[in-house]
Amino acid sequence: MTDNDGSLREPHRGTGAAGIRPTTSRRGRADDGSREQLAVPRARFRSYYGRPVLKPPVWEWRIPAYFFAGGLSAGAALLAAGADLTGRPALRRAGRLGGFAGLLASLYLLIADLGRPERFHYMLRVVKPSSPMSVGTWILTAYGSGSGLAAAAELLPPSLRASMPGRLLHAAGRPAGLSAAVFAPGVASYTAALLAQTAVPAWHEARRELPFVFTGSAAASGGGLGMLLAPVAEAGPARRLAAAGAAAELIASRLIDRRPGLVTEAYTTGRAHRLRRSSEYLTLGGAVLAVSGARRSRLAAVAGGLALLAGSALKRFGTFEAGVASTKDPKYVVVPQREGLEAADGERHPPT
Amino acid sequence: MTHENSFYGPLVDPAADAGYLEHPPRVGFFTDTSVCIGCKACEVACKEWNAVPEDGLNLLGMSFDNTGMLGADSWRHVAFIEQDRPLGAHDAGLAGLPTGPGVSEAAAEVVAEALRQAPRGGGDLGTTPVDLGFPSFQLPGSAPGEHHRTDFRWLMSSDVCKHCTHAGCLDVCPTGALFRTEFGTVVVQEDICNGCGYCVSGCPYGVIDRRHGDGRASKCTLCYDRLRGGLEPACAKACPTKSIQFGPLDELRERAAQRLDQLHDAGVTEARLYGHDPDDGVGGSGAFFLLLDEPEVYGLPPDPMVPTRDLASTWKYAGMAASALVTAAVSVFLGRRGR
Repeated sequence: MTDNDGSLREPHRGTGAAGIRPTTSRRGRADDGSREQLAVPRARFRSYYGRPVLKPPVWEWRIPAYFFAGGLSAGAALLAAGADLTGRPALRRAGRLGGFAGLLASLYLLIADLGRPERFHYMLRVVKPSSPMSVGTWILTAYGSGSGLAAAAELLPPSLRASMPGRLLHAAGRPAGLSAAVFAPGVASYTAALLAQTAVPAWHEARRELPFVFTGSAAASGGGLGMLLAPVAEAGPARRLAAAGAAAELIASRLIDRRPGLVTEAYTTGRAHRLRRSSEYLTLGGAVLAVSGARRSRLAAVAGGLALLAGSALKRFGTFEAGVASTKDPKYVVVPQREGLEAADGERHPPT
Repeated sequence: MTHENSFYGPLVDPAADAGYLEHPPRVGFFTDTSVCIGCKACEVACKEWNAVPEDGLNLLGMSFDNTGMLGADSWRHVAFIEQDRPLGAHDAGLAGLPTGPGVSEAAAEVVAEALRQAPRGGGDLGTTPVDLGFPSFQLPGSAPGEHHRTDFRWLMSSDVCKHCTHAGCLDVCPTGALFRTEFGTVVVQEDICNGCGYCVSGCPYGVIDRRHGDGRASKCTLCYDRLRGGLEPACAKACPTKSIQFGPLDELRERAAQRLDQLHDAGVTEARLYGHDPDDGVGGSGAFFLLLDEPEVYGLPPDPMVPTRDLASTWKYAGMAASALVTAAVSVFLGRRGR
């Protein structure tokens, strides 16, 4: 990654130096790697050679992918339970199977991202309300049994349905699906608490909005899956859930963009911005299709469903990237904390 | 067991809060950077005693600092900052003579630029090799000519895990691998840690990290084994100037206040304490410092906050969003049946 054009060895005189003196305008580098003088001067702050104060997350792409898969699973489980109770077998089947597949994917991603995957079950040693990852593990455990059982009931071959175990499993399908639906909102929202309960500025500062982004995204992707897999005649609730989720996700995301404070910049610049903007176009497009063409045309339903799924996934990646960016640049730590100190100081010693 | 202020605010006895009925007094470090000579004996002693692996033989151009940051394989880190200003009341005899701007600023900017391009923005420092393209630095005053004549001081400071009263890493650990010891310190049990990485993002100081090739989180233990044997931690033992002082935290806080007064009386008005205040965002840290400039100059956060302060509101908003999802899911099935 290090650029070896030789310029690193040449001290550039006259540019402010991180770590030595309050800097007025530092040279920045555009995302494409070209040098450019930023039109807006970089925030004034001091640092240790421009080095990050925080450790950037060790998590990689699997973690945002796990957020997406978990949210998709939760949205699908809710739809499956509703479809079961209102007599929509195809939507129920899509929701139960899609929900369980999403759960399996999210568990795989979560475990594969561990430094010691073979110790994943150590998460079950303790219950800690201060650790959303601990709470989430227990929610997933409770959710998983219902989701798995409901999916198994769905997959039961007709030839076995008459047998004793077959009849039991078939009868267990509805309560299992309902139990999954009870825990599904927790599955959809705890991941937002997981990000918020960190020292990562972009995540911690967005703790009010993130849960709505994530549950909205879960509803949009779950609804999108229903549109994709269930026939148009049965997919009414999926379309409405997708549209409502997309609206919540878009509004909550915009609220993050409009937050006062420096941290917004982590969301509205660079890779995070590009991912989130693409997500918004896809989600908006999918939602428009959900309330228009997808009500009649199977093709429009498939297109809308795919757009919603992609939009939800990109939103998770964009949110994740914003957090990473906010740890790599010390300004997101130093500037707000310094401002807070100065404000507190001003209160203690009002200017006379 | 949670009491008032278990998660945030002043807490006199974190070990008792963690459930110890009888326990020794809380211990910690007072690092007086005004007498640090940058010998790095603390870094070496720590590595030796704790068998901490090599963290990468880097040449960083950060003055004499080639460690760069605390990390999984650097539990002590000596920072070096060069400044074009006199140290305390020292007189370099430059009054009336032409002086130059010094080279420190420009050198620091070269490093800053290289760090911006580095993986994890340089966050891997202290854990694994980081290639900054060998930025060089010039010894202050080594070049001839009046343009290189300048006031000068070196700030040196040995950084370490803060062993916070309210530790973000400990609060978020989902396996219980991180625990509060009877001494009030925070330690990772390596036989429990499954490397989830949550603590890395929970720490408001950027101390703990995951060790490459091992997968588990690792950081300063305040020499838990030595403490249990009645010995002081290896870094404090090795420090030749007693810049690193170890002892009961109450005693260290008193000593630090005296030292601060002494320096202020001697005209070193820029001296300040960092991390000593039980009212700060982490409830006061077990390792605190006397600094000669603002904390961010040493790479420390100026006003760190344990994320757990906002735990209640975080769960509240997550609960509201979950309820909204339930409402939405129920309402999409109501009315317009059969569509």
